[in-house]
Formats: sequence, C-alpha cells, structure tokens
Amino acid sequence: MSSVQIRDVRKSFGNFEVLHGVSIPIEDGEFVVLVGPSGCGKSTLLRMLAGLENITSGTISIGDRVVNNVQPKERDIAMVFQNYALYPHMTVADNMGFSLKLRGAKPEEISTGVKRAAEILALTPLLDRYPRQLSGGQRQRVAMGRAIVRDPQVFLFDEPLSNLDAKLRVAMRTEIKELHQRLKTTTVYVTHDQIEAMTMADKIVVMHDGIVEQMGSPLELYDTPANQFVAGFIGSPAMNFLKGAVKVNGAAYFEGPNGVRLPLKSAPANSDGKPAVYGVRPEHFTIADDGAEAEIVVVEPTGSETQVFAKLGGEQVVAVFRERHLFNPGDKVRLKPDPALVHLFDDSTGKRLNS
Amino acid sequence: MSTVQTSMPAQAVAAGEPSFWSRLSGNRNWAAFWFMLPTAAFLILFLAYPLGLGVWMSFTDERIGRAGAFIGIENYQWLWDDSIFWLSVFNTLFYTLIASAIKFAIGLYLALLLNRHMPFKAIIRSIVLIPFIVPTVLSAIAFWWIYDSQFSIISWSLIKLGVIHSNINFLGDSDWARASVIFANVWRGVPFVAITLLAGLQTVSPSLYEAATLDGATSWQRFRFITYPLLTPIIAVVMTFSVLFTFTDFQLIWALTRGGPVNATHLMATLSYQRGIISGRLGEGAAIATAMIPFLVAAIAISWFGMQRRKWQQGSNND
Repeated sequence: MSSVQIRDVRKSFGNFEVLHGVSIPIEDGEFVVLVGPSGCGKSTLLRMLAGLENITSGTISIGDRVVNNVQPKERDIAMVFQNYALYPHMTVADNMGFSLKLRGAKPEEISTGVKRAAEILALTPLLDRYPRQLSGGQRQRVAMGRAIVRDPQVFLFDEPLSNLDAKLRVAMRTEIKELHQRLKTTTVYVTHDQIEAMTMADKIVVMHDGIVEQMGSPLELYDTPANQFVAGFIGSPAMNFLKGAVKVNGAAYFEGPNGVRLPLKSAPANSDGKPAVYGVRPEHFTIADDGAEAEIVVVEPTGSETQVFAKLGGEQVVAVFRERHLFNPGDKVRLKPDPALVHLFDDSTGKRLNS
Repeated sequence: MSTVQTSMPAQAVAAGEPSFWSRLSGNRNWAAFWFMLPTAAFLILFLAYPLGLGVWMSFTDERIGRAGAFIGIENYQWLWDDSIFWLSVFNTLFYTLIASAIKFAIGLYLALLLNRHMPFKAIIRSIVLIPFIVPTVLSAIAFWWIYDSQFSIISWSLIKLGVIHSNINFLGDSDWARASVIFANVWRGVPFVAITLLAGLQTVSPSLYEAATLDGATSWQRFRFITYPLLTPIIAVVMTFSVLFTFTDFQLIWALTRGGPVNATHLMATLSYQRGIISGRLGEGAAIATAMIPFLVAAIAISWFGMQRRKWQQGSNND
C-alpha cells in the first residue's frame, strides 16, 4: 500500500492535448473514483498511472518514487480491465497465478497465493475452469483475483462493471467496496457512472475535457458542486437548471424564465439584477401553497418514489416525491424549491455563486 | 345412400394422404436434401468420380488410346521395386517438410511484424500478398531466368561483388536444384501463411498484452504465453493447408526443372504426370498419384487429432 501523487500531468497525442495539467493527491488506502463523460481523459490518466501510456509532462509518483520512466511491471500495480482481459487458454488458477509464475515464484508459493485470493473472492470451486465456462460476474471476480494475488501497492480499475447487467453491477459494486474495506489497498477506479462513483468512493474526482472540475467526498460534491458541470453530472435524476436573474427587492429572490419567482435564502453580495443559473435537485421540490405554478406533463411512478415532469415558467423541470401524489398530466401544482438547498451558478462561467 | 357412404371414405383418404411426390417436395426434412443436391451432384461429378476413376485406373494397365484390363496390384508391385519412385517419395517428403518449416517460420515472423503499428501498413500488407496472386507458372518462369545457368542475376551479382568467380549451376546440380525449387516454393507460399496468421493475430485482444505487460511479461514471454497458444488453432489450419499444397505441388517443379537433374527434384505429382501423360502409361501414373493419398490422409489426421479444438475453446461464450 502507498500513496499516489499526480502532479500537473499533461498528455498529448500528436498535437492534440487530452489532459491539460491534472493534479490529484491520493492518500494511502484511499478509494478514489475518477468519473466523467466519455472522452474526458479519465481512462488515459489511469493508463498513464499503469504505465501503458507515457506521460507528456508532469509527474506521477507511487509511494515516494516518481514512476514516469518506470516499466509497468516495476510499478507494483495491478489493473482490472473493462473486458477483464482474462487469458482464454488458461484456467482460472493459471490466470491468477500468471504474474507469480513470471516473477519466478515456486509452484507451492503460486498455489498458496492463488488459494488465498480464491477464498477471498469465493472462487475456489472454479479454479479449474476456463474463462469461457464462467458467467460475466465470475469473470469479473477472476479479474479481481488476478489483481489481488499480486498484493500490489495500488489497484487500478478501468470501468470494470460496464459489461455486466444492471443487477449484477449493483452486487459487484458492493463486493468491490467490501473488498477494499478488507484489504485497504489504495484504489483508483474509473467509471462514467456517477452512481458507482457516489456509492463507492472515499474521494470523487470529476473530470471533464481533460481537466479536474472538482475533487471531494461524494456528499461534498452532492451538496456543494463547484460549478454547473459537476452539479449536472452528480445526482440522478440530474439537477434542474433555470436561467434568470438574482433580485434583491427587500428580500432576495430569483426571477426565473417568464418572470416566475423562485425563493433564495440570501443573495450573494452585489448581485442584484445579476444574470445567473438557478439549480435545484428534483428531490428538493415540495408542494406548497406559496410555490410557483407548474403544469404537469408526465408522471412516472417507480413505487418507492414518483418522478414528475412539469413545465415551470415554460421550462421543463423534474421533481421527485417520496410520498404518493395522484397527479394527472395537465394538472396544475405549486412547486416550491427548498431555499436552503438551492444552488446558484454564474451565467457565463458556470461557477458556483452561493456558499 | 349406400353409394354415398362408400365413396366418402375414399375421398377422405385421398385428401388426408398426399401423394409421395408432394410429400417429398413439401416436407421440411426433405427440404435439406433438396438444398444439398446441387452441391452434392457437383462434388460427386467433379471430385469423387475422378478420384474413384483414378484409383480404379491404378489397378489396370490402361494406356493412352487403349482401354486397360484389371491387373490387380501389379502397378504397385512394379513401383515397389522402382528406385525412381522411391526417390520421388523421398523428394516429396523432403520438399514438403523443409519448405513448410521455412514458410511457417518466415510467415509467422512476417505476421508479427505486420501486426505492429507502422506507417503505410495497408500498402505493405498488400505488397506481401503479391507472390500469392501472381500466377504460379509466371513466377516459375521468372525464377527460371533468375536460376539460369548463364544469365542468372544472382550469379552475376555475386560475381560482380567478388564473392564467387563462376556461375552457379542452380538447376543443373542436384543440391542446388533442390534448394532452388524449395526457395521458389517458399517465396510463393509465405504470403498465404503470413496473411492468415496475421488475421489470427488480430483476433487477440490488445488488452491481453497489456494485462500480461502489467503481470510482468517480457516481449518474449508475451509471445510464448499469450500469442503462441492463442494462435495454435490458426497455425494448425494454415499449416495443414500449406503441407497439402506443397505435397501436391506440380506447376513450379514442372516449369523449373521437369524433375531433373537426374530426378533430383521429381515429386510424386510430377513423376505421375511424366509416367501417366507423357509416357502414356495411365495405369502406372494413376498408381503413383494414388500412392499420395495415404500421405495426405496422414497429414490431415495429424492435424485433426493433434490440433483439434482445445479444451479452452469449448463451452459457451457469452462475451
């Protein structure tokens, strides 16, 4: 186990720069999730960490060693690939023991190591099978087993769950988190799925177009997104954004589209009349008599909650209610955002305005 | 009433039991038979029948222009004591083994090379195929000039470079002739091996190499433990074909040496042609050709039993 320091790392393919100076400190034993839409550079960064891509500038260190020019096999890392990359012609045991074999370990050492990892992942009955004979979830566990056997300083995961069906994905998510709690190995995990990021991470790094948008604990990112991108990316259904202007006329309020009046707890200093974007999460709407009038468009009951799509000041918003309402399309309701939980973003830069 | 009663069952039988022909043409199980029929007829007419005829002919004393009589295994007894026949068997085995081994080595090397990222990859890959698409006889004639005893460009170049002082008699000396025809065959056969193995290499997921790299494999170990085992099914197929093609080679030898000098490059195929067509002893030629069958069957059997689907390829694949 050791810490990882990524300092001002850049990566170019030819003249095209895909990472524009990324710095991420990762503590010993931390579970860090790199999340972002496809093409944001998260997988490239992970591959640079693994040594599969070289580093154009900046430094990456594992422990106190700068590894920019260290061969992948010398870096003491293990990686789980999106397609698992299991060797199809080797049994589960041989797949898991391959790295030990290459290191020149004795056969007894290899079998002890493989058995230990197989027990952790409940793979013991499958050791003699070939990858083809395994289900998706079992292959996923073998891929993790291959990583565990090596007892590396750092685990790298490259979208490991994206080939699994929805139910299995949830189960494996828990399994990976549990594994990390048990082994406490520093882990860097790449995904495009914000729910995976929220549920597993100690620290989430939101990336977008080759830069880090925000870094922090899942709840920090949820409660105080630093900008409109992070606000829209974290949380499901996504945050509603309404354009308009801040008004301070006695009490502060936000004038939304078509003059709809939305509550604000307080206005940022010198912001009267300032154009801004009002962000409210679907789960932070309530129905109240002093709310803004909205017309219901679609109602989607999921059992545990009800998603309501409605027109608010002519803009479509989505609200989620835990309690059951018997709404019909065309109904008029009064939606009120919780003023303590709304977000204000700068209209041009997208930066957060309220604290 | 009674007439109606007797006629009704007869009608019912006619309606309920269609004719034999309509059953044959309508039944789903017979449909497969009808679909296979054109291909089967083609194979029987142009492959099975000539093969059977050839085997039958080898038991007769048929000559060109004269129908033969059945003479049992006399042709084979005659060949058994014929040193030229045994020389041709040795030549064929020697030619096949050496040429196939070299084709495999060079083909695999080329395939690994072409599988790397390099500029003008597509053009280089098509250039590699050129020897394969040139008609064999044309390339054989080109080689014939290259190996010419007086005008050989190889001899000329080596003399100019001062390596040798007189022309090499490529096709006139037994050892040189064998080496020359093997070289020509290798030149012609390498593209097939290389391109097929390249196709096999491209089915290997790059992430396997990355995983192996992270597992600490050197480039030799990646070849030894990943590439080679994953390629064995393709190698088995391509080398079976290569061996069959080489074993039955005729055009190249006939255009270059006609089996000479002193039968040093006579293969079973060329000897069969010479005895059967040129000398007109069809029965004897057919016997030589038939004698190739056990060798070919053995080659196929080795590949079938030794290299058939491996255990790791079995089972479901739900990628």
